[in-house]
Amino acid sequence: MTEKLVIIGNGMAPGRALEKLFETDPGRYSVTIFNAEPRVNYDRIMLSPVLSGEKSFEDIIIHGDHWYVENQILLYKGHKVVEIDRENRIVRSEQGATAEYDKLIIATGSVPFIIPVPGHKLAGVLTYRDLDDVHAMMLAAKARGHAVVIGGGLLGLEAAAGLINQGMSVTVLHVNPTLMERQLDPAAGYLLQRELERRGIQVITKANTREILGTDRVEAVLLDDGTRIKADIVIMAVGIRPNGALAREAGLAVNRGIVVTDQMQTSDPAVYALGECAEVGGTCYGLVAPLYQQANIVAAHLGGDHGATFVPQYTATRLKVTGIDLYSVGDFGEGEDREEIVLRDATAGVYKRLILRDEKIIGAVLYGETADGPWFFDMLKNQTDTRAMRDTLIFGHAYQGGSPLDPMAAVAALPDEAEICGCNGVCKGKITGAITAKGLTTLDGVRAHTKASASCGSCTGLVEQLLHATLGDGYSPAAVPPMCACTELGHDDVRRLIIAKSLKSIPQVMQELEWKTSCGCAKCRPALNYYLVADWPGEYEDDGQSRFINERVHANIQKDGTYSVVPRMWGGMTSPKELRAIADVADKFAIPAVKVTGGQRIDLLGVKKEDLPAVWADLNAAGMVSGAAYAKGLRTVKTCVGSDWCRFGTQDSTGFGIRLEKFMWGAWTPAKLKLAVSGCPRNCAEATCKDIGVICVDSGYDIHFAGAAGLDIKGTELLCHADSEDEALEIIVALTQLYREQGRYLERIYKWAKRVGTPSILANVVTDLDKRRAYYDRFVFSQTFAQIDPWEERVNGKDAHEFAAMSEFGMPVAAE
Amino acid sequence: MTNWIEIGNINAIPRRGARCVNTPSGKIAVFRTQEDQIFAMENRCPHRNGPLSEGIVHGASVTCPLHNWVFDLTTGKALGADVGGVRTFPIDVVDGRIFIASEVLAVAAE
Repeated sequence: MTEKLVIIGNGMAPGRALEKLFETDPGRYSVTIFNAEPRVNYDRIMLSPVLSGEKSFEDIIIHGDHWYVENQILLYKGHKVVEIDRENRIVRSEQGATAEYDKLIIATGSVPFIIPVPGHKLAGVLTYRDLDDVHAMMLAAKARGHAVVIGGGLLGLEAAAGLINQGMSVTVLHVNPTLMERQLDPAAGYLLQRELERRGIQVITKANTREILGTDRVEAVLLDDGTRIKADIVIMAVGIRPNGALAREAGLAVNRGIVVTDQMQTSDPAVYALGECAEVGGTCYGLVAPLYQQANIVAAHLGGDHGATFVPQYTATRLKVTGIDLYSVGDFGEGEDREEIVLRDATAGVYKRLILRDEKIIGAVLYGETADGPWFFDMLKNQTDTRAMRDTLIFGHAYQGGSPLDPMAAVAALPDEAEICGCNGVCKGKITGAITAKGLTTLDGVRAHTKASASCGSCTGLVEQLLHATLGDGYSPAAVPPMCACTELGHDDVRRLIIAKSLKSIPQVMQELEWKTSCGCAKCRPALNYYLVADWPGEYEDDGQSRFINERVHANIQKDGTYSVVPRMWGGMTSPKELRAIADVADKFAIPAVKVTGGQRIDLLGVKKEDLPAVWADLNAAGMVSGAAYAKGLRTVKTCVGSDWCRFGTQDSTGFGIRLEKFMWGAWTPAKLKLAVSGCPRNCAEATCKDIGVICVDSGYDIHFAGAAGLDIKGTELLCHADSEDEALEIIVALTQLYREQGRYLERIYKWAKRVGTPSILANVVTDLDKRRAYYDRFVFSQTFAQIDPWEERVNGKDAHEFAAMSEFGMPVAAE
Repeated sequence: MTNWIEIGNINAIPRRGARCVNTPSGKIAVFRTQEDQIFAMENRCPHRNGPLSEGIVHGASVTCPLHNWVFDLTTGKALGADVGGVRTFPIDVVDGRIFIASEVLAVAAE
């Protein structure tokens, strides 16, 4: 007879307890879970990468629906439990669902603390706790407004970093003088603040919130000192409170949290409490490592093993903001009986501080370089006497013994009990043991079997080094995602091999690189076609059947299957003759809509596919060519009127824009490419959100690049200054060619730039004149094959099959 | 007894491509694969009416140009996570001449 186990809450701690229980006692319990959130168990630690857009919800699911089915768990999604009837051992949800239990686990987690200042109930005041909060923030971020984050602790800063990634401007208010004061000493807190400010986050410390202002919704935050900060949303991230309400109503002992023994039992032995809602030994825990320890104890207890007890342990803290390395553990307050060792490298932004008592490490704060964190932590736990290595201790593990070790050797030298994954409490020996015993060869394998690197992921590098150290050359990291399901190779490998092996057709690529499908898919074929077009100009014959319909028929498909037609208007300039021709075409073919585009030209919408060649013929006759408004290639060069007309214009921005467009039209690029030239820093052509933008100044041309104004909004970065128009043209062309050669298909220029880094771009197209010239020359050569008007070709009969039906059947035949 | 009506020649369709046959009540998309197999189905994606004949043809499947649903040309069923399908029509090819069952045109004209 199975026993009935009911769990209230479906977070990470009960999820872990169940995994453990199913491992040790499969089939002993039939399990029912009530989850107030309408979804499965996910990794709450990873909400920050979801908010910043680096991961999706699917990426952070721990147990998908199938897991519940396989383990025959009855999961009530979106059911909040409102009553525990301990006498009859029944719980009841808001919707009236009931479940009887033999054993009950309360895992209600915590609720965000809301400062009860006036205005805290206004619409737009959010917390940062679950996926719904993240969705609310992402929705608000779409409006690109201003966010105020109250609280400069772990959660608040992760929220701030995520929101700025989403395009909001962000202010962090923190009541203490330095950020994250519970995890960081003031020096590291200051470095962190400086880095966040560098990223555009405004940080105000010693900030006491007096009131949240607004009539219907949040408009501003008012501080005690009278400062008013504009706010479209306010995120409260000042802390959490254990959620013991339900337990209290059920008559269980509750202090700050639900009081439990060191075996996680509440005042009712049939009821356990687990996770952030539980108070064990007078303390409530919030980080994942101690909560997983609790989960293991509950699982053991349910399985009849009453030996395990909760022992408080030090836990290391890391901040999960991409690009900020920060690690702290232990006690880092100052005191008479303590000594400290500090290393500062201001240029590199590195700060390390070790706190010692009686020659033993009791605390460590690392900023900027955190690889030695686990090594220090290990010595802290083992109470290692550091006297012998005192002089070089702060330089880390690699420097012990006189000469620097390579990182692999450092990992290899760690003792088996050194902790690698802080979240899941996995030590080195367990990982290497699993690699050997289970024959693991991948990161995912290690994650599945040991849970190491499966939570916050910050130890991924260490786990990979362990794989490498254990397997030697048998480990090949599959860190690069494959291009599509047809191959294991990533975009960069495919591209490298196309050149290395001189592969010059799609079938040849698929043959030589061992494609798994006979003729690819809609993901890889257009990518391969682009790579071959870009890498073998003049030799490779474009494969139309591997292009999306827009590039195949040189017009943009619309939702009803008609097309839109956009002729080029060089630099946005047009003439009465062109406008007349456009008007005539619109009349002649009864084109239903004519619209001015954002790229300074005119869009004819609703053209029937079979009319396209005739429409083009008329536009060609008036001297117009395809505007390539459909192409992963050069689109527009937007200009202002510059020194021709404008009283502020410093250079001939229109003329330069036209010159650029005439030079570069027809070029295929990894994704669409939009340029602009503004005649002065007032920037009427909006050049600073383009893929490449030029701002004319008195002394010449400032060349900007890597802007975005679509799904993402991002200002450009200044690449360099050019003194003359010729020099500016050469740099822009070389930059475009570098992007053509390095960009992954569909990767816009700002994403490519972020991936390869500005220094390497500078080195190729700005500082090294020979390299610049080589890129420029390759572009010019490629253009000799690219600058053919596709409309004219089709007017003259190319691809005629695209524009006519194969056969027609009228009523009499079909109705026979 | 099926009557077959000729709708075109295999050479009129590019490999890994498609052409349309217009009927009074709608278009039928006729596909030619890399291996010269011919398939016919409704030219209408069940998702948002995308013209399937304009999609990229790979293996014996086609990807809709509007929102990337993928259909098996042999069965008309959506592949992957999407659910749905389009009507397929029997085709006969003799010496490169493509025939479709006459009742298809009759039904299409209803």
